[in-house]
Amino acid sequence: MAGDSQITLAMRSVSKRFKKGELHDSLRDLIPALTRRLLGRAPKEDRREFWALKDVSFEIPRGQAVGIVGDNGAGKSTILKILSGIMKPTSGEMAVHGRLSALIEVGAGFHPDLTGRENVYLNGAILGMNRAEVRRKFDEIVEFSGLAEFIDTPVKRYSSGMFARLGFAVAAHVDPDVLIVDEVLSVGDYLFQRKCMERMAVVLKGGATVIFVSHNLRAVTDLCSRALLLSHGHLLADGPSTEVLQKYMQAGMEAGTNGNRPVYLSRFALKDRSGDQVRFESGAPARIEVEISARQRVERLSLVLMIYDDNQYQLFSASTERMGAPPFTLDPGQKISYAFDLQMHLAPGTYRVAAALYRYDVQREYGTFQGTSFFVHSKDDIRGAVNLYPKLTTL
Amino acid sequence: MIAWLQDLYRRRDLLYMITWREIVIRYKQSVMGFLWAILMPLLIVGAGIVVRAAFAYVAGTKLVTSDLADVSVRAVPWAFFVAATRFATNSLIGNVNLVQKIYMPREIFPLAAVASNFVDFLVASVALAVFLILVGTHPSGYLLWVPVLVLILLTFTIGLGTLLAAASLFFRDVKYLVEVFLTFAIFITPVFFSVNIFARFRTFLLLNPVSPVLEGLAQTIAHQQPPPEIWVGYSAAVSVALLVIGLAVFKRLEPYFAENV
Repeated sequence: MAGDSQITLAMRSVSKRFKKGELHDSLRDLIPALTRRLLGRAPKEDRREFWALKDVSFEIPRGQAVGIVGDNGAGKSTILKILSGIMKPTSGEMAVHGRLSALIEVGAGFHPDLTGRENVYLNGAILGMNRAEVRRKFDEIVEFSGLAEFIDTPVKRYSSGMFARLGFAVAAHVDPDVLIVDEVLSVGDYLFQRKCMERMAVVLKGGATVIFVSHNLRAVTDLCSRALLLSHGHLLADGPSTEVLQKYMQAGMEAGTNGNRPVYLSRFALKDRSGDQVRFESGAPARIEVEISARQRVERLSLVLMIYDDNQYQLFSASTERMGAPPFTLDPGQKISYAFDLQMHLAPGTYRVAAALYRYDVQREYGTFQGTSFFVHSKDDIRGAVNLYPKLTTL
Repeated sequence: MIAWLQDLYRRRDLLYMITWREIVIRYKQSVMGFLWAILMPLLIVGAGIVVRAAFAYVAGTKLVTSDLADVSVRAVPWAFFVAATRFATNSLIGNVNLVQKIYMPREIFPLAAVASNFVDFLVASVALAVFLILVGTHPSGYLLWVPVLVLILLTFTIGLGTLLAAASLFFRDVKYLVEVFLTFAIFITPVFFSVNIFARFRTFLLLNPVSPVLEGLAQTIAHQQPPPEIWVGYSAAVSVALLVIGLAVFKRLEPYFAENV
């Protein structure tokens, strides 16, 4: 069934302009503004406009899962809002074929005074189900949420995690042709996140199209074969998700080297044997190559390499000094390169490698550089930060 | 227009659920519960009876039971109009969360606001019917006018409500203007009195599209008389026009709701 000819979602040179600051929210503001306009004076608003999206085009065939990545404010949510019909593009066209269900915020539309049961019916209707449909799927929804014993409690007494679970449970049972998911996996515990991912995989298998926005880059690579990279409203890259994510991470790297620091990282590469890589098998060898360039003379520096997990907890740190290399001194324009060889004995997850330049004798830092993120995969379902390769024997 | 009706029909369960939610949350944490639906019009009826008694005292006449029936019949629909207009005006602002996060036909919100108050109106009407029987009001063939008059009022309220809901999203002033207007509108609407006491200024009062409806209801129910047909026709025409304009403006502005809240 799925073929390139069957386009479910399309945007053609879509742009969206927003006004910054306050609009005329009351007549008191409107009247002077209108008078100014009538008197022929140019409205002063033009400089307060900005483009949340600029000339964005893409087509998504039926049954494809597409991730959208980019920094905060890159335009990801604007794309979702336009696709779901909440906003209208300033220019350009878009088309959606089929029933679309947008999870822009789980539990939007829940009323705190109503019970879980009442909210399931209400939210089901809001998301486009009719009452008979909700009634049919009610037990399934409650079971998915795992909230059976609280279903007759008003949701104002729910924790935020419970709230999100019920919200996702309803949305996941809409059976849409197009499912739009915006950053819902940031809530809920690990087990529930996993359940959400599995559910999305089921929706995909059923032939639906999935648009997935997340800062959890591993979830994006796991679920999506294709990704779009947005930056300041422009579509920078569109292609296989691993390639796009690599580009995204490199872009983040370059942003970190800007500025007029006396010394900076001119190159930073994360590799496996075959070249640049952001996906590693647990335990696989990795090589990090760093090139340091000086704008001014700097003396007796060391390079520190750090690895963080996605809670920004430092898991690992090594430095040239501590590894026995002599500190280096650079004159303006001079460079020095290092390579670190590592074994990725990490549990499956998203990690970030960063680097810092440090002068040990005077204890002065010359800047920290946000490196790239990478993912670790494993066939075994291991949780935590490290892989200790468990072997199981029944005694 | 046809497509719009089809779309709305497809989402009828949503309209039902939002209306249901409005009613449930209004009474969920109140001790009086559904009695509020009767109490609010009852207060207006009470005020009306005081005004009528004062008129009768000044004129040196006696307050008769048909006066009680007359003022009650006017007060109940008036209470509906005021409450429904107020709720509809605030319906989009009060659902900002949904307006900004999920797409649905947004006219559902003012429609549900009017519908939930209409349910209150029906509850109050049952109480009113019991009261009318108790005070000995006779039925007549003119009662056939009642559904028509109620339909006109409903049309007018929906038209006004959708227009005000959209307007108040762009200008918060609208909300306060509506409050002021609803408070003073009782002076230009025949709730406590009949338009006939104004003799030649009667026409000015009847220009208010709600006036012929209230006047008609009082005539047909309390006095077994025909309504002022021409004015009812005028009111119907204004109401339908307002509904069409209100919905057209609403649908035209709808794409800008999410970013202009």
